[in-house]
Amino acid sequence: MASLARLRLPLARRIPFARAIQTSADVTQLADNITDHSKPFSVKIHEESYRAYNCDLPSLDVQVSKDELIHMYRDMQTMRRMEMAADALYKAKLIRGFCHLAIGQEAVSVGLEHGITPEDRVITAYRCHPFAVMRGGTIKGVIAELLGRQAGMSNGKGGSMHIFTPSFFGGNGIVGAQVPVGAGIAFAQKYLGKKTATFALYGDGASNQGQVFEAFNMAKLWDLPCVFVCENNKYGMGTSAERSSSNTEYFTRGDKIPGLQVNGMDIIASRNAVQYARKWVTEGNGPLLMEFVTYRYGGHSMSDPGTTYRTREEVQRMRSTQDPIRGLQRYIEEWGLATEQELKQIDKDAKAEVDKAVEEAKASPEPELKDLWTDIYYKGTEPPFMRGREREEVHYY
Amino acid sequence: MQSFRRLASSSEAPPPADGHLPSVATSKLLRQNRDQALRTPGLRWTDEVEPGLAGNIVGGRETRKMNTYQSVRDALSTVLSKDDTAVVFGEDVAFGGVFRCTMGLSEEFGRDRIFNTPLTEQGIVGFGIGLASMGHTAIAEIQFADYVYPAFDQLVNEAAKYRYRAGGQFNIGGLTVRMPTMAVGHGGLYHSQSPEGYFMGASGLKIVIPRSPIQCKGLLLASIRDPNPVLFMEPKILYRSAVEQVPIDDYTIDLGKAETLIPGSDLTVLTWGTPVYHCETALHMLNTPPPGLADVIPQSLRGAKIELIDLRTILPWDMQTVVESVNRTGRLVIVHEASVTAGVGAEIAAEVQKRCFLKLQAPVKRVGGWDVPAALQYEKFNMPDTIRILDGILETLSY
Repeated sequence: MASLARLRLPLARRIPFARAIQTSADVTQLADNITDHSKPFSVKIHEESYRAYNCDLPSLDVQVSKDELIHMYRDMQTMRRMEMAADALYKAKLIRGFCHLAIGQEAVSVGLEHGITPEDRVITAYRCHPFAVMRGGTIKGVIAELLGRQAGMSNGKGGSMHIFTPSFFGGNGIVGAQVPVGAGIAFAQKYLGKKTATFALYGDGASNQGQVFEAFNMAKLWDLPCVFVCENNKYGMGTSAERSSSNTEYFTRGDKIPGLQVNGMDIIASRNAVQYARKWVTEGNGPLLMEFVTYRYGGHSMSDPGTTYRTREEVQRMRSTQDPIRGLQRYIEEWGLATEQELKQIDKDAKAEVDKAVEEAKASPEPELKDLWTDIYYKGTEPPFMRGREREEVHYY
Repeated sequence: MQSFRRLASSSEAPPPADGHLPSVATSKLLRQNRDQALRTPGLRWTDEVEPGLAGNIVGGRETRKMNTYQSVRDALSTVLSKDDTAVVFGEDVAFGGVFRCTMGLSEEFGRDRIFNTPLTEQGIVGFGIGLASMGHTAIAEIQFADYVYPAFDQLVNEAAKYRYRAGGQFNIGGLTVRMPTMAVGHGGLYHSQSPEGYFMGASGLKIVIPRSPIQCKGLLLASIRDPNPVLFMEPKILYRSAVEQVPIDDYTIDLGKAETLIPGSDLTVLTWGTPVYHCETALHMLNTPPPGLADVIPQSLRGAKIELIDLRTILPWDMQTVVESVNRTGRLVIVHEASVTAGVGAEIAAEVQKRCFLKLQAPVKRVGGWDVPAALQYEKFNMPDTIRILDGILETLSY
């Protein structure tokens, strides 16, 4: 059999990309003299922040304003504080069950919100907490939902993956299942003749689900105003993208759907890409794939330490060199928009806001037993009764 | 006793090739003139000012002869013309669908409202959920109920729980998923199954199976307008074989209510869909046995009064009607095409033995498909046909 070994073809060598995407959080350059803090100014996004597939690159010269940057900074900081609070509550055994945190991915949720309008629609699967708040929810509502309290945004019935607002179609427990739902939402927008977009988010792990491709096909077939957003945090649970996907360039996986790969750690690049994608789909060009290259600092869920399939050094390096919040902090300080003290105050305010929301959420009572039976069928159309565990628990409507 | 049990596989002369009368074509359960049709119990005219007067206002109403697929089309057309948000989609529906249920709808209402989807069941249902969550009336077609399994996740995990997990903020009440179900005689492994039992545990869904054109139109309109997601399973062999005079006005038939088709006092037969007609034939044969069967049907049982109930809504099922009936008759035979193990009959039998325990004169009998795949050449043997139903009735009557 030794001869067989000689016959074996040489292993396909990995060909490095001609140009890898930049994932630093602080490579956008100031291209203007800021004289008046109330006026927008020009910045130049690093040319390697984007890669395009069958479409033009977004413009790298963009206008931002001090207010926007400070607002985004506050949002990112608040979202991280909220997720950290959830982490602590989980470790204190107050949150039970499943909990997936998006620490490290704030530039995606905040960048998305700052690039779209309230009429647009968003749907995702796990790591949905920041989107729920950004889309009109409250920190108290999210934390209370995680705690399973009445003040939760789904009245304590949903939990981590099931938080909704009128323009946010949730968290979903089955990764990939939300993507065709997103196509349906986009169809309704098109049917109603509205110039609005749906952003259907999924992870690099979910990207291999068959129904994701079913949704791509329908969306392109009917030119739906849907942006399919892959949040590539490089690990689907504990499996790295390279080990799960034959093609890890997720923005190219839409066949005839053009795609855009985005530095998901730079908030300015992220927001600019979202605006580009929104314009693309609402102008009747059909769907677009967008891949945010990002990173999650924590494990997949609370039961995953996150260090068995990647090194501590890797996580540490990402945290210290490519953190999206630090990147924005550097822009704000270097461009003289706010001082370190002023930003520290924002951090403190964010923490105080979250702490207050946590206390309020904790004070909220647990759902009443009668609510166990509501919202299964539309009120008035239920079966005469539904079963509990025992005779005494049978609920009669 | 043994002779009843062996009847189906014994050396008795086989039934005539075209079955024993009455067949679907001559069934007395089908309402084949206008007056009968307009007096169908439970019709709820939607244009009525005061509900409850249905039986009285039949004077000005018209009916038209339709088979089941035409009545589906009629219902869809009614919804499409009244509800601007209604859309119909599925594999080949724009061309009329493989069973012609959507014939001409795309020409009448436009290709943007009646459109073909790719062969993508999971995608179709997911897409429908998204559409319905935006407040639309989404009417999806799965080409065969056998193809619903790829969409199982979307139906059980997404559709059924949508309202609950959103704490009531969202719902997809506008979603109705139509699919042809049950055996067609030659469908084989993937075109003759009855999947309703798999969805029984999915609280939040409703499952409806009509038996005839009048029922189909009323129940389909009720399903589409029901504020919950509904799986509407149409027995495919009845698309052409069941013909009735169908009221052309807009009417609904309430979900969650069974219908007693033939009243009786000695035994209850509960069924839905295609087997309704096999049961009718079995009852006929019990009362007036054909020559080949006369020997095995005791005289004393021939006069038995058998109650026949069409369940119509499978989830949530009408426990009240069934339990009331069994408490009166003391005997229950459940007939469905799906295999017996963990079929819908299992759930009903368990509930009935609990609620009617002291009234039962015999064990609840289930007559269903065998626990085998629906193989092509064996389909006739697999289906709970008239003889097997009759055998089940005799066994239960003489327990």
